[in-house]
Amino acid sequence: MYEKDGEKYFIVDEHQHFWNARPDNWVEGRENLAKGWIDCFYGYHTLGPPETHWEMEKYQRWTIEDYGHDVFDEGHVDFAVLQSTYLKHWYTEGFNTVERNRQVADAYPGKVIVNGRWDPREGEEGWRRFEADHKKYNFQGVKLYTAEWIGDSRGYKIDQPEAREFLKRTQALGIKNVHLHKGPTIWPLDKDAFNIDDVDHAATDFPEMNFIVEHVGLPRIEDFCYTAVQEPNVYAGLSVVIGAHMYARPKFFAKVMGELLFWVGEDRIVFGSDYGIWEPKWQVEGFIDWQMPDDEAFSDYPRLTTAAKKKIMGLNSAKLYDLEVPVECQLPAPGTTADEQKQPGEDLATDLAGAQA
Amino acid sequence: MSGVLRDAVWAALDTVLDPELDEPITSLEFVKSCTVSADGVATVRLRLPTFFCSPNFSWLMVADAHDAVSAVPGVTRVDVALEDHFVSEVINQGVAARAGFVAAFPGEAVAELDDLRATFFRKAALAGQERVARPLVNSGVGPDELAALRLGQVPRSQDLDRLRARRAEVGLPCGDDAPLLLHPEGEPVTAAQVPLHLRRARLTGVSIEANGGTCRDLLAQRYAATS
Repeated sequence: MYEKDGEKYFIVDEHQHFWNARPDNWVEGRENLAKGWIDCFYGYHTLGPPETHWEMEKYQRWTIEDYGHDVFDEGHVDFAVLQSTYLKHWYTEGFNTVERNRQVADAYPGKVIVNGRWDPREGEEGWRRFEADHKKYNFQGVKLYTAEWIGDSRGYKIDQPEAREFLKRTQALGIKNVHLHKGPTIWPLDKDAFNIDDVDHAATDFPEMNFIVEHVGLPRIEDFCYTAVQEPNVYAGLSVVIGAHMYARPKFFAKVMGELLFWVGEDRIVFGSDYGIWEPKWQVEGFIDWQMPDDEAFSDYPRLTTAAKKKIMGLNSAKLYDLEVPVECQLPAPGTTADEQKQPGEDLATDLAGAQA
Repeated sequence: MSGVLRDAVWAALDTVLDPELDEPITSLEFVKSCTVSADGVATVRLRLPTFFCSPNFSWLMVADAHDAVSAVPGVTRVDVALEDHFVSEVINQGVAARAGFVAAFPGEAVAELDDLRATFFRKAALAGQERVARPLVNSGVGPDELAALRLGQVPRSQDLDRLRARRAEVGLPCGDDAPLLLHPEGEPVTAAQVPLHLRRARLTGVSIEANGGTCRDLLAQRYAATS
């Protein structure tokens, strides 16, 4: 729990990693890809405040003790969701597999959720592995990494028939949260690799599941917002949004937040630090202190209320993962406060949004 | 080295855009070096913010740079190459051989990149409308007037020139009698649609701008030691 100015916040960090990108895990002959990948991540890392930067050695692999210190002791996080990402094309034992992430969950029982992962290109054999994992770990969510390289393939779309079949089966297992990294699916190469039409289709076809779009579709925020307006089960994951912008580009960050609040609304935005890309501490503290700038350029964006911050920092994710929220961190029942904001869909439904634009 | 010719080559590179960010590769600092030898050989080295930047956009920039520099009078040979990228070699060889994107990436691409480029110029043409309209809105021009406004009636500005240029690139009307506000495919915007249209245009602009900012930051970090 994080307390500031007398307000108590239940913090759920819905997007974290615990990876191994040290040279001993690089696939022989693909060292350039393994190194290129972690160097690229490190570039993002340096967009956070300088005093939070790690040495490359720690960044490539850190310890379970480091994790506890950064996330729970210092980072104000009550509950963490670790997202599993394999990347076995260039990391021998995987980047951060379910097994690796489980080491963290076992060390901090009751505080860490580990999400599973499948890939439609791995066919029935891959599905059986996922099912076996689920039996063992009882997943509540999956992380789908559509940009993963497998053999000659450079990625997939979640509206492909094989992926839809796996979504159907995932739902049948009682798993309802689907986290999607909408970053560079770089296949087919001649298309817009960041297009998120596939999420639109899947969200329509599986209305009982929640689709949390990590990084809000960056770099296609506009496509993401249009999808989220139409699909009530699509969520904005703030991983990278806060980490890469709040410190490095505060004005842009304000605009992005303004657009998300306007189009998606405070009930469907969830906090994720993307740890180890960045530590949660400065993101939690900074976001709770943050407010839309007073400049005229931001005047018609919604303001961020304390209630909205509580939802974004934890209450929205707590609903997705059925987490128990301490009474002192809960919000009053709906309709009892003055600062509730109208949700964007109400305006957009009549096509009159932004009458003051 | 010929200074005049080098300036002309640089000016040619100024016309090459990152279509995704709607900015010249020169101001984005994607041009690492540019030299011209006494006998007119232009050597250009490009660099990008990350090792995994999308191959399609990377290709467009290398190919466009190659074409723009080749067209400069006095340049006898062109050597444009992209450095430090996971498909540098494929792109450099493909562009140098004028093989085309499909031939350079057999099995991974079935179409050339013109449509992709057009998609992003169309986005830039949408975002540009909000930039041109914003000062008018701030000075009290309402939806009815905005819907009726023609480009020729708008005060001259860099943003207006840029809007006209992007429209020209995708075949949308850009003359004095063209409406200021157009939907992405070219239909006119009615007065009732103006507020939401401007919201959409701003959202697209925010997306382009935020990405440009992140690319700039990543590039600065990646090459901090060398620049």
